[in-house]
Amino acid sequence: MSTFWIAVIGSSALAFAIKYIGASVPETFLSNPRILRINTLIPVALLTALVAVNTFADKTKLVLDNRALGMAAAIVLLIAKAPFPVVVLGAAISSALAYRYI
Amino acid sequence: MSVKRDSFSVSITVGAYGSAFGASAVAADFSVLQACLLSLLLFSGASQFAVVGVIAAGGTPLNAIATSTLLGTRNGLYGLRLAPLLKLRGWKRVVAAQITIDESIGVALAQKDEAQMRKGFWYTGFGVFVFWNLFTLAGALGAQAIGNPSAWGLDAAVPAAFLGLLWPRLSDRKSWVLAGFAILLALTLTPNVPAGIPIISCTALAIIIGWRK
Repeated sequence: MSTFWIAVIGSSALAFAIKYIGASVPETFLSNPRILRINTLIPVALLTALVAVNTFADKTKLVLDNRALGMAAAIVLLIAKAPFPVVVLGAAISSALAYRYI
Repeated sequence: MSVKRDSFSVSITVGAYGSAFGASAVAADFSVLQACLLSLLLFSGASQFAVVGVIAAGGTPLNAIATSTLLGTRNGLYGLRLAPLLKLRGWKRVVAAQITIDESIGVALAQKDEAQMRKGFWYTGFGVFVFWNLFTLAGALGAQAIGNPSAWGLDAAVPAAFLGLLWPRLSDRKSWVLAGFAILLALTLTPNVPAGIPIISCTALAIIIGWRK
């Protein structure tokens, strides 16, 4: 079996196993207030990290490029209480313009 | 905000980024079939990019599997969060598990009541699945024009989508403090550890900050 097939099948199988195990852990595990509190904060931590990395990282390098301008536009739109599609579109348009003209 | 509209915007935005995945996979010498299978079976963007990235950089298949799996552990945590909400058994749990990803949980958790949360999960999970796979095929087949995500602003649309999901969750001082530390940690780690690790590492911050009331 080739390198590619091992990577494709192995990673897919483990990815599903993790998803399924997560969905199958007993409910009582979540009734602990500390676990509940941590579990509510986990998306905040991961979403923030995803925002930061998707904006300022190129693989393992830190970069300041067109995406930062797109994110600045997104923050302004969020503060102005713009609806979600407008925020995303505004970020995309600002970033695409910066990519082309800066 | 309507849950259908949220789900659709996220599905289209994130789904379109699948073209970049399809194109990168084929550029790294994966076949079109292998690229499509990764989107169908692995179905977790960051993990898929990790598989392709590690192989493209000359890593071993085991290295690719390990990096991808480490990135995928957050889906297990999401499942843990969703299980008491969805209360599923049998094949429905299998289907739900497969579409437990950043976007489906993100939209679900951003809703106000449990019925809306369930809708947000299913709509977004299926929506992203459909668009992500279609665009993966399109990207893999060599749609070079859209294969450059920067020219279309897609590379900024993805973090903007995450930010839009994060925004309503920054409701108290604790979450703002956590967000600040998460940015610092993720960006400090980025040049020093393999791609993907900085994101998952921020789970530790949630545990530390959530430990005390």
